[in-house]
Amino acid sequence: MDPGVNAQAGAPYPGAPAGAGAELADLLQRSARGDRAAFASLYDATAARVHGLAVRVVRDPAQAEEVTQEAFLEIWRTASRFDPERGSAVSWLLTIVHRKAVDRVRSAEASSRREATYHHRNQTVDHDVTADTAQASLEARRVRAALAGLTEVQREAIELAYFGGYTHTEVAALLDLPVGTAKTRIRDGLIRLRDTIGVGR
Amino acid sequence: MTDHGDIRDNQADWDNAHALSGAYAVDALDDLERARFEAHLRTCPDCRTEVETFRETAASLAADPVAPPPSLRDSVLAGIEGIRPLPPLTEHGRDRAIPEDTRRRRPWLASTGPLLVAASLVLVALVTTVALRPWASDNDQEPPTAVEQVLAADDRTRIVREFPDGSRADVVVSRSEGKAVILTEDMAPPPEGKVYELWFQTPEGEFVPAGLMPEQPDATVLLEGDASDATAVGITVEPDGGSPEPTTPPIALFELDA
Repeated sequence: MDPGVNAQAGAPYPGAPAGAGAELADLLQRSARGDRAAFASLYDATAARVHGLAVRVVRDPAQAEEVTQEAFLEIWRTASRFDPERGSAVSWLLTIVHRKAVDRVRSAEASSRREATYHHRNQTVDHDVTADTAQASLEARRVRAALAGLTEVQREAIELAYFGGYTHTEVAALLDLPVGTAKTRIRDGLIRLRDTIGVGR
Repeated sequence: MTDHGDIRDNQADWDNAHALSGAYAVDALDDLERARFEAHLRTCPDCRTEVETFRETAASLAADPVAPPPSLRDSVLAGIEGIRPLPPLTEHGRDRAIPEDTRRRRPWLASTGPLLVAASLVLVALVTTVALRPWASDNDQEPPTAVEQVLAADDRTRIVREFPDGSRADVVVSRSEGKAVILTEDMAPPPEGKVYELWFQTPEGEFVPAGLMPEQPDATVLLEGDASDATAVGITVEPDGGSPEPTTPPIALFELDA
């Protein structure tokens, strides 16, 4: 990613066409003013990405749909709180859906989920091929390469926390780490990832 | 609600709250830690910046699109019809840029310690029921408010909770008035997007809503509803606006004498 002034506020996802991020930010700002058509466009542009994260964390397709719906209602309600100075639109959207997904899995405390291995992925869902542009897959390779640059513990800690929805204390227990060290692994891993992927400030 | 013991044990970690920025950015803190870290964030621009870059980084990991069913689009677009978008935060209400004067009025935000209230802390809270000294108003010419009536009632009882971080919450109940009041000191703010909701527990064991706590560390609040036969007062963390019934276990429960 080009670390230009608007790069981090710009790209809606790695490999997205230039300017798309600014467009999403604009759609959000119009949504904040009650513009339903802008919000519908925002939904169309981001629903697959948002839902993808909900599915990844929640796993159960029906519950993931509820989470995605709740997230978009929240996005509509709180669109005025998006501040392009503080991050990209897509990061803001994903932060909202991630938080809702994590709340969902924690409150459910479903034993079936707890027993599932975290890297299990629901394969019955249809991946959105339209977003699977050559550029996006190039960027995905870059992210995979960055992940490969982490220590195994860093990578596992981040995946358990971000995709598994576990607290750092639970992550420590899952990885047999001393209590209090998982948070450090998560932070160190994020720093290395950030610096490798090139999320700039 | 199993990990709060760590917080107590690792109190020193709060001297180095930065260490939690990564876990916060990927939602790997429990509610109490999140509340504490968000209090730290208000006073730490470095951590705010770090969290923002971490969220961008995490977002780039979440690049696995899954198209939701078309019906979801209809539900969402129908759903927004009944929801009014929030107004923008004005400088005054912007929690990420607390003006100096506000920060001075809330010095506890800047310190590492304050912040309270969690299920586990309840386990170690000192719980005492004490008789009250007569409560005297220094403003005798005005009719007493409902809060004053409860605090001055002859049959009032007070349940005091002191937490290891120095914060405190008292519940005062008067059966004859049928009302209860909660007084807090140095209470940590709820996590972002959440609110502390108050509950009365009925003799049947059900929780009925008794209002929301204002977001301020020191507050005196009259609980809504009838306290005449409540068996307990509870506090839970709920989504903004509150819930008709608790969605999380109480972070504090004040059991009332019959």
